[in-house]
Amino acid sequence: MSGECDLIVIGAGPAGANAALVARQHGLRVVLIDEQPDAGGQVWRAPWPGLARDANAPEARDGDALRARLGASAVDCRFGRRVWSVTSGYRVDALGPDGNEAVCAPLLIAATGAHERVVPFPGWTLPGVIGLAAATVLLKSHLVLPGERVVVAGCGPLLAAVAAGIVKAGGEVVAIVDLAGPAEWLKAFPAMASRPRLLARGMGWALKLASKRVPVHFRYGIAAAEGEGQLERVRLVPVDEHGAPCAEPTLTLTSDALCIGHGLVPGAEITRLFRARHLYQPLRGGWVPELDGFGRTSVPGLLAIGDGAGLKGAAPAEIGGRIAGLAAAHDAGRLARDAFEQAAAPLLKQRENLAAFADASAGMMALRPAQVAAISPETIICRCEDVPRAEIDAAFAAGARDVNQLKHFTRCGMGPCQGRMCGDVAAQLLAAQVGSREAVGYWTGRPPLRPVGFEALIGSFSYDDIPIPKPAPL
Amino acid sequence: MSHIHDLGVIGGGVHGATVALFAARGGMDVALFERGPLCREASGVNAGTLTMQMTRVALIPYALEAHAMWASAGDWLGHDVGVVVCDGLSLAFTPAEAELLTFRAGKRREAGAPIEIVSGARAKEIEPGLSGQALIAGHCKVDGFANAYLTGLAFRAALIEAGVSLHENCPVAGVEREDGAFAIRTSQGVKRVRRIVLAGGVWIEPMLAWLGISLPIKTLINQLSVSERIAPVMRTVVGIANGLLSLKQYPHGTVVIGGGWQAVGDRERGGVELLPERLIGNMRLACHAIPALRQARMARAWAGLEAETRDALPAVGPLPGIADAYVCGSVHSGYTSGPYIARLLAEHILDREPAMPLFPIDRLLAPEGAGTTA
Ligand SMILES: Cc1cc2nc3c(=O)[nH]c(=O)nc-3n(C[C@H](O)[C@H](O)[C@H](O)COP(=O)(O)OP(=O)(O)OC[C@H]3O[C@@H](n4cnc5c(N)ncnc54)[C@H](O)[C@@H]3O)c2cc1C
Ligand SMILES: Cc1cc2nc3c(=O)[nH]c(=O)nc-3n(C[C@H](O)[C@H](O)[C@H](O)COP(=O)(O)OP(=O)(O)OC[C@H]3O[C@@H](n4cnc5c(N)ncnc54)[C@H](O)[C@@H]3O)c2cc1C
Repeated sequence: MSGECDLIVIGAGPAGANAALVARQHGLRVVLIDEQPDAGGQVWRAPWPGLARDANAPEARDGDALRARLGASAVDCRFGRRVWSVTSGYRVDALGPDGNEAVCAPLLIAATGAHERVVPFPGWTLPGVIGLAAATVLLKSHLVLPGERVVVAGCGPLLAAVAAGIVKAGGEVVAIVDLAGPAEWLKAFPAMASRPRLLARGMGWALKLASKRVPVHFRYGIAAAEGEGQLERVRLVPVDEHGAPCAEPTLTLTSDALCIGHGLVPGAEITRLFRARHLYQPLRGGWVPELDGFGRTSVPGLLAIGDGAGLKGAAPAEIGGRIAGLAAAHDAGRLARDAFEQAAAPLLKQRENLAAFADASAGMMALRPAQVAAISPETIICRCEDVPRAEIDAAFAAGARDVNQLKHFTRCGMGPCQGRMCGDVAAQLLAAQVGSREAVGYWTGRPPLRPVGFEALIGSFSYDDIPIPKPAPL
Repeated sequence: MSHIHDLGVIGGGVHGATVALFAARGGMDVALFERGPLCREASGVNAGTLTMQMTRVALIPYALEAHAMWASAGDWLGHDVGVVVCDGLSLAFTPAEAELLTFRAGKRREAGAPIEIVSGARAKEIEPGLSGQALIAGHCKVDGFANAYLTGLAFRAALIEAGVSLHENCPVAGVEREDGAFAIRTSQGVKRVRRIVLAGGVWIEPMLAWLGISLPIKTLINQLSVSERIAPVMRTVVGIANGLLSLKQYPHGTVVIGGGWQAVGDRERGGVELLPERLIGNMRLACHAIPALRQARMARAWAGLEAETRDALPAVGPLPGIADAYVCGSVHSGYTSGPYIARLLAEHILDREPAMPLFPIDRLLAPEGAGTTA
């Protein structure tokens, strides 16, 4: 992979793939990169090559349609490549089957999606406990059940989706444990009803679960996951309307797998790397790049779209991708201003119509500060570096006032997940003491965007080829 | 009339923090002003190598004293910065490098560094993790490393215990001479001090300009990267003859790869961009020395800013023509030598005779009336 093009899109989910297609339709030479073996992103993940698929599942249908459109287009798709460095120019370096590859373009669209948030509780690092979003990957991509007796817990629409997916694949769901109560769902319902197709799917999940008599515990959280070396029991605790435990743990369920998630966090690594302006927006999942209506960030030539630029879900991501594709075509001089505005107008309208639904479901997945505040001192926050909450509180007492200083004081966020898992919760814990999320900021963006192996990166070389700079003065 | 401190230190890196600490312990009423949190620029993001084999010859006597200070940080700093004292090896892979190494090690040995030239085979006995491709190596028993990111945490506690008034997140916008004192304009109002130390790392150039002194400071943008935690692959500090590799494994398992490969950035914006080819080049060099490193993954890379004067020697001493004003910085491999050299300046300010000479900047200033250079 080398050479030049007009536009590079990183991430081939609903947002990035659509941006690439639209830009290509307007004549741009587009390179679309994703580390997955095929397009589809998180929501339309294709089953791993060689695995049988259920072509009738709605996600499979949408994903197959997208992959077909890409296949028929002249978008230069480069999958199975992990982007680790993006520098100005723009130069994108990705690690693929043949080692490191670089490509350059004056325009860059970051469409890297979100990652999941798990608000820690005792035992969350025990084998058998996995993320709710991660469970969708197991189910969709690997066609594997998370366990034999599964508890599905957390908040938001993924609860029902995962539970239904497990039931459909022949697994047993012991219970669904929902931080929200029926009242919150009813409040969100009118907005949800604005998307009849999705509502029908939700109802379908509900019916499927009801027919299997899967118990649903509303307004419950997980007090602890317990077991010898692996998950054996899950303790439930009633929570108040803010997600904080409000009584002693009451129920214990026997289970070998717990799928738990508390929403998603935008993976805005590329916009941070370029120091674009960011805003803290809890409803959009946390820190998101400041955008104009078309996806342009505060950095010239850099656009950001989809869930990585603020959580809205798959449909708005698709539309946002198309809009950004038009903006890229316009900025590359391939689409006159009038034509651009004309083409964008109906898309902007469509996205507007989806806003109520997007806000309702994002609202159910937003971070609950009270839930974070209730984390016990011994609970591990940073699982890579084994940093418990008490050490974060101690760092505050020792003078840490922003998250990067917190990292220096504790190693929280220095491990291989690069702070993706712990960052949002650690920042929230510090912010509760310092005063605001704005005051404590976010981790500085740095390469590699994802960990990369030295062996693959350095390839084969001879010592003489290393461009060693001039010696330092004696 | 507001309170007047005996000493105001501007810049809370290892230099400023050390001057403040020893001046306060010497009985002065000291205020320290730092734009951000303590030691979050060069002094908190550097590679932490405490080595003679990258130190400039003229600084070796200072670096030896400083190394002893770091090795006993528990005694004078009182807080842990994760110092490990171990053997150091500087490798030569080619005949040209062997020649360079022999020459450089000889000069450093003359200056007092206990560096011995050993065969490649002997080097591999000292460091079994080596690839065995080195022809010869410089071996120094006075070597080691610290965990630079703990510097701020440690100095912060020590400074507070010593009674320094610590103003973090308090950028200074300018300094004016007032009769018998200096007025420091900070984001938290004007503070008055009798003596002043400018210890702003690469920012000493704009700081000196506040007092009308023009001292060009070159800004180096050094790149570093770190692996995730891996099983032990090495137990020494490893470098190469020309100084462009520094490599060691921390007790928690991560390996830090440095050597001064340059990133993109400047004084105004900091280290804004790391160049992928240079990261790869640095990494190749590291894996050429320690092959087991190939199996690791890179977890993170970053950049920091290091200051250099025209002659690459320190700017540490009184400011010519301005009584009671001092500069402290631009020390090559300044993390190693900083604490000792800054302590010498504190002694000078406390009217004690420093044990070794300072590095006044008179030598670097254009003579009165000389034309400015472009
Ligand atoms: C694990 C997970 C599961 C989810 N499951 C569902 C679901 O079942 N239903 C639902 O409605 N929503 C789901 N979501 C929400 C989902 O984020 C959105 O609905 C939708 O997928 C957003 O589209 P997008 O294009 O913005 O991002 P994504 O679909 O996330 O696409 C981003 C793409 O960028 C690629 N990428 C990111 N970084 C790099 C890099 N450095 N190098 C190369 N490629 C990179 C990723 O591989 C990914 O394919 C899930 C989210 C997550 C994190
Ligand atoms: C990446 C890197 C790796 C290195 N590796 C090594 C190594 O392995 N071994 C070694 O010995 N040396 C190493 N060095 C060199 C060493 O880090 C520096 O020499 C040393 O830390 C400099 O300390 P300092 O206090 O002079 O500067 P700094 O630590 O930069 O401190 C200057 C301080 O002044 C503050 N400041 C600036 N302007 C203002 C203002 N207007 N108001 C208030 N405060 C202000 C800054 O915020 C900063 O905190 C490395 C340097 C870098 C950058």
